[in-house]
Amino acid sequence: MSSSIVKTLLRSGSISLWAALLFLPFKGLHAAGILFILLFLSLLVIRPAARLSGPFFRTAEVVRINIERLMPRDSRYLLLLILPALAIPLFFRNYILDVAVLTGIYIILALALNVVVGFTGLLNLGFVAYYAIGAYSFALLNTRLGMGFWSALPLSLVITTAAGFIFAAPAIRLKGDYLALVTLGFGEIVRITLNNWDSFTRGPNGLSGIDEPFFFGISLATLSSFYYLVLFFVVLAVIVIRRVHASKIGRAWIALREDEIAASAMGIRITQYKLYSVSFGAFWAGLAGCLFAAKMRFISPESFTFMESVLILCMVILGGLGSIAGVIVGAVILVVLPEALRDIQMYRMLALGAGIVLLMIFRPQGLFGGNNASRS
Amino acid sequence: MLLEVRAVSKRFGGIRAIEDITFSLKQGLILSIIGPNGAGKTTLFNCLTGFMKLTRGNIIFSGTHISSLTADRINRLGISRTFQNIRLFKGMSVIENVMVAQHAKIRSGLMPIIAHTPAFLNEEASVRQTAYEYLEFLGLESFAEQNAGNLPYGAQRRLEIARALASEPQLILLDEPSAGMNPLETDEMMATIRKMREMGKTIILIEHDMKFVMGISDRIIVLDHGVKIAEGSPQEVKNNPLVIEAYLGKETH
Repeated sequence: MSSSIVKTLLRSGSISLWAALLFLPFKGLHAAGILFILLFLSLLVIRPAARLSGPFFRTAEVVRINIERLMPRDSRYLLLLILPALAIPLFFRNYILDVAVLTGIYIILALALNVVVGFTGLLNLGFVAYYAIGAYSFALLNTRLGMGFWSALPLSLVITTAAGFIFAAPAIRLKGDYLALVTLGFGEIVRITLNNWDSFTRGPNGLSGIDEPFFFGISLATLSSFYYLVLFFVVLAVIVIRRVHASKIGRAWIALREDEIAASAMGIRITQYKLYSVSFGAFWAGLAGCLFAAKMRFISPESFTFMESVLILCMVILGGLGSIAGVIVGAVILVVLPEALRDIQMYRMLALGAGIVLLMIFRPQGLFGGNNASRS
Repeated sequence: MLLEVRAVSKRFGGIRAIEDITFSLKQGLILSIIGPNGAGKTTLFNCLTGFMKLTRGNIIFSGTHISSLTADRINRLGISRTFQNIRLFKGMSVIENVMVAQHAKIRSGLMPIIAHTPAFLNEEASVRQTAYEYLEFLGLESFAEQNAGNLPYGAQRRLEIARALASEPQLILLDEPSAGMNPLETDEMMATIRKMREMGKTIILIEHDMKFVMGISDRIIVLDHGVKIAEGSPQEVKNNPLVIEAYLGKETH
């Protein structure tokens, strides 16, 4: 009995200490101390109370919602979701439209990383490399060779896909943590190369003067027309990735994630399908890069740091590894929430971080991940 | 001969896992490999299916040397297997597990998949149909949409066999198909394996249940410490003094 009391004391103490230390730099010692005492006392009471109140509280403790089940069965209903997206430019001012365009670009990025991490199970910590290569090849083709949007876009997609293939080829035989480290290295190599190759990329000064996209002679420079362009590509990405996912290619990717040995015993070429996955992901990341460059009309290596890779990975994990709908929601949350929380300035990253920690404690498979997505 | 194994050896450093194994197998027969724990049975399976490279020797499968090929190549040539410690794709549904096994047969490439051409949709429907038929063959059709990881143990073993069958092999290797099953399930498994032979499959199995082995095998190979100590019909093997010694120990007076 006494050992369980010690255990409860220790647990409550450590949790409240952790929360108080997190709070300390923002509100000072006094507030942190009060928080510690309040948390400690309430945790001391909650645990035994929950235990005494029996099975009722134990089941109510963690709310389990199967969001997938709430979604309409027939995927054609999902088209209805596009309608409000189409209407956004009619009702909102430029600032919100700007955020919406950025959200679209991140949705494409997160969908791309989801192919690699969520479907195929290859942890990638340097995914921003493909985003950067897409953006830079588009910007260079446009500013140096004067190619327009619709000719520079496919060419830079070819370049990015090829880069995905070439980067992955030597690393793909590595597994788990080792692969993650190598991808992290690749991400940094790309950024540092862009930063230092002054004669070609103009280094930290970045590339400016990128032309706005045209569509049959109509300029797409206004925010609302650019928004529709991004929306088009988001819808395209969702459709294509969904279809590939539900085919022999998608099944091979998931089989590789679940059990590589069994997959090869079923005739799946491991290396080929892993390369396929990374190249396919790089293709969409490159598309996001092109859109980013065309929107900003200026790019520099600063936009492609390691933190971007982490942000994209957070979107995928937050929404639920392997779930397309979840990844979209994850991207929306992680772009919109920091913007919405601008009013509380310095707490916003704290709130966001705490939110992610809580999510990982209570719903480790992510918002939309089914039980099957969480791997043991 | 469908399969010829010639003087196959596998060493791990200085340890001889299997040494100088030679046998051959005709189409349509059931061969059992038996032996005490650590005799090298699973190592032999791993060598046959490309998961381990041979130290010496040759394996010829319907005229092709397969000893240097990768596991996925060997599967596409027509050898499929199950695993002693069940290896299902746990996060996929039961029917998807069987659909994965038909991977190599599917012709549609990336463009038809993206465009959802009628040819692709037809092919996908027939893949699903075939998968369903294999599930019915193993009595798993009621589980089709469930998560493979949630199946009861016996059903998981049967799903592994359904998956192995779905890659349409000529030769199928079963590693302890009745392990952990109750007597009723074991009898069903024997009936299933007989039906597989009637379908024209050649079968090699590793098994510890002697009633199972004696009841179903056309031929039996006995391994002990990596060496083949006997080969023959169930009757011959049962009366072989070397086999009795390997299992029960030497008689001392």
